[in-house]
Amino acid sequence: MADTYLGLVNTPLPGRMAKTLGLPRPAVLRRYTPGDPLVPGPVLVLGSGSGADTLADALLGWDQDVRRHLRPGEKLGAVAVALDAVSRPEDLGAPLLELGAAVRALLPGGRVVSLARPAEEAGDPATAAARQGVDGAVRSVAKELRTGATANGIVLLDGAAADSPGALGALRFLLSGRSAYVDGQFLRVSAVPAPEEPADAGAPLAGRTAVVTGAARGIGAKIAEVLHRDGAKVVVVDVPAAGEQLAAVANRVGGTALQVDITAPDAAARILNHVKDRHGTLNIFVHNAGITRDKLLANMDPARWNAVIAVNISSQLRINDELLASPVFSPEGRIISLASTSGIAGNRGQSNYAASKAGVIGMVRATAAALAGSGRTINAVAPGFIETDMTAKMPMLTREAARRLSSLQQGGQPVDVAETIAFLASGPAGGINGQVIRVCGQNLVGA
Amino acid sequence: MSNQPGAGAGTTVRNAVVIGGNRIPFARSGGAYASSSNKDMLIAALDGLVARFGLQGERIGQVAAGAVLKHSRDFNLTREAVLGSALSAHTPAYDLQQACATGLETVVGLANKIKLGQIDSGIAGGVDSASDAPIVVSEGLRRVLLDLSRARTPKQKLAAVSRLRPRDLAPNAPTTGEPRTGLSMGEHQALTTAAWGITREAQDELAYSSHANLAAAYERGFFEDLMTPYRGLTRDANLRADTSLEKLAKLKPVFGAGLDTPATMTAGNSTPLTDGAAVVLLGSEDYARVNNLPMLANVVDAEAAAVDFVNGQEGLLMAPVYAMPRLLQRNGLHFDDFDFFEIHEAFASTVLSSIAAWESEEFCRTRLGLDGALGKIDRSKLNVNGSSLAAGHPFAATGGRIVASLAKALAEKGSGRGLISVCAAGGQGVVAILEAR
Repeated sequence: MADTYLGLVNTPLPGRMAKTLGLPRPAVLRRYTPGDPLVPGPVLVLGSGSGADTLADALLGWDQDVRRHLRPGEKLGAVAVALDAVSRPEDLGAPLLELGAAVRALLPGGRVVSLARPAEEAGDPATAAARQGVDGAVRSVAKELRTGATANGIVLLDGAAADSPGALGALRFLLSGRSAYVDGQFLRVSAVPAPEEPADAGAPLAGRTAVVTGAARGIGAKIAEVLHRDGAKVVVVDVPAAGEQLAAVANRVGGTALQVDITAPDAAARILNHVKDRHGTLNIFVHNAGITRDKLLANMDPARWNAVIAVNISSQLRINDELLASPVFSPEGRIISLASTSGIAGNRGQSNYAASKAGVIGMVRATAAALAGSGRTINAVAPGFIETDMTAKMPMLTREAARRLSSLQQGGQPVDVAETIAFLASGPAGGINGQVIRVCGQNLVGA
Repeated sequence: MSNQPGAGAGTTVRNAVVIGGNRIPFARSGGAYASSSNKDMLIAALDGLVARFGLQGERIGQVAAGAVLKHSRDFNLTREAVLGSALSAHTPAYDLQQACATGLETVVGLANKIKLGQIDSGIAGGVDSASDAPIVVSEGLRRVLLDLSRARTPKQKLAAVSRLRPRDLAPNAPTTGEPRTGLSMGEHQALTTAAWGITREAQDELAYSSHANLAAAYERGFFEDLMTPYRGLTRDANLRADTSLEKLAKLKPVFGAGLDTPATMTAGNSTPLTDGAAVVLLGSEDYARVNNLPMLANVVDAEAAAVDFVNGQEGLLMAPVYAMPRLLQRNGLHFDDFDFFEIHEAFASTVLSSIAAWESEEFCRTRLGLDGALGKIDRSKLNVNGSSLAAGHPFAATGGRIVASLAKALAEKGSGRGLISVCAAGGQGVVAILEAR
């Protein structure tokens, strides 16, 4: 359902009225279209030490206009802040105050990206305090930014270098329009061997085969479209009853439709056989299929509870077991599961759904530990309020409130979730494992 | 027979394989597809096939399909459906019409082209809508309208219109009546049913098996890669999974009431008017291999026959009985050599009359010119995944339904042969052999 308020507030007179009245002023987000520049203007690189130099070099390598100091009157596309060398809380002041001075120069849809190291790997309490401080500061900046600008961070695990392929891949993603609805998040990357450069930068997933479950409509259909746009061959899966819409999605993305109920005991075998026969290897598996059967726990019946658990988490566990044991699943295979902010923060009337989605997070973390160093990865994407047929059915006031309850003051689009999934499926994301990436516009609900 | 891949046109004969199929669930006439045209449904069936096998934008060698109840505007139905589908616009197509054998005949025709190397891939099938059937103006009105269009002066126009009579305004609704006898298909079959003494109980048992077998096939997911839902329908609307012999026994006879023998044919053991579409993807072995497509079964051979029903020498729907020995003899096969029998259930008694005829020594000697009975059909191998009594029978779509389902059953078994028998209006019939790979 169209966000009427968002459309209205971005026209001159109602926009001025909203400003005068102090009403939310959601911006039209900068989303990715192939061929777009990475950022809408010059990139200011702040911070001292090798991290800042490395970032500046990388950005220059991508043909970006790089600034090391704010020029009076110049608008900026993004600010990258290297904080990877901080060792005392006092180290944060200078670069962050400089960032504060630069924030006003950010163009609409601008980006702030921090680079830091994890507090838990610090050798001493002062360093840990400084590193953890980055977390609080960047999340706060994200909440202060307006006009569709976002602030996110990259955390370098296990001593990964600032120019490791994983860090640079994350930087590219966070600067680009692909991360439009990702806000106040940290991508934790470890050092992995450099991925093969895609022959065509516009098709980073060329030559790969992806399976998307629940692909007949909504977010699943959009995931299929984005993976196809990025060059992947897509097998779309949904229950036989959704076959008509599923066929339409398959024909739109030049893929194949496979009518399978993922809760069936032979679901994984059928999917793997299909991929083996038609494509040989499976590179990407997106567990998107999910259902809601909302009721307050006091009114919950076993049928509603069990159906949600069976579809949203039990099926994923069973499929993953067979996937990870199968030679058809690539040694560099990627599994991406749909979690939900409900699984992080809980949601009234969704105890079953939240249990299943929190379960997904638990599964992803445990599986990631087992996959560490194997070349395969598993991650979760947790959408916040995303505009779908499901949210269109919400009561108007609830929907309106939910839309404004994020730093970006609007609901996300299915494409926002799909872009993050496509990033996690791409070569440079190989160093990201066991993470839960929220695509929620920094929803005020949850962490 | 040579199986050389890539045989040049007309030089050698290669295998034609069934790669897979797709149909939309069949709807009762006036039901879920009441406002869908033949073109809509054929496009839906094609698009589901394209989605299943990833054929988007592909130029298929040829698409052949047809409809029995056809509007004059649908003169190029199949080509129009291709243009409305996700296939390449460079895919040629032709229409075929052979009454209820239309669908099977398209499979035979395209398989033959593949065998001869004229095409590498083909999509065969058919569609029918009893809901969206053409209604024709009366002959009187038609002649007046034609004369009116040719009239130049007001006087000529007036003369044309003045010939119009009130009775000319009543439209001619379509019927399943035979043009030469005026009898409906059901009344024709009632004659055959009586001649062979087919009992009500035997017919109801066959109808019951059809429903039970089709329901079981759905239960085990047999149709998950043979069907794509359409317009909210996810299963054949005619299927009564909970039917019983008791329920079937309660139905009143609808055909054969005027005969001196008891009427036995009811709405339960006759197929209802149905809407639907079915298509089958065929290819050479090379085509399937190059495109990583499955090969379910070979299309081995087929035979058509026709009988003189007009003078009452044979039943309207008995032509397959005559085609069968010719097909078996040419291939050196007997009923014992087959693992599946797909005998189209136009009426339960059609199937039972055919079986009785093949088992009759006298009939086979005198009518078929054989030394003795053609043989018995093991009933446990008959229509094992249900047939037209349960699924419904959108005339031209039935052949595609049967070929795709039989090919899948053969692929599941991994060996053996299947025999298809389809009767058709006009005293025609087509039989065919598929073989597992």
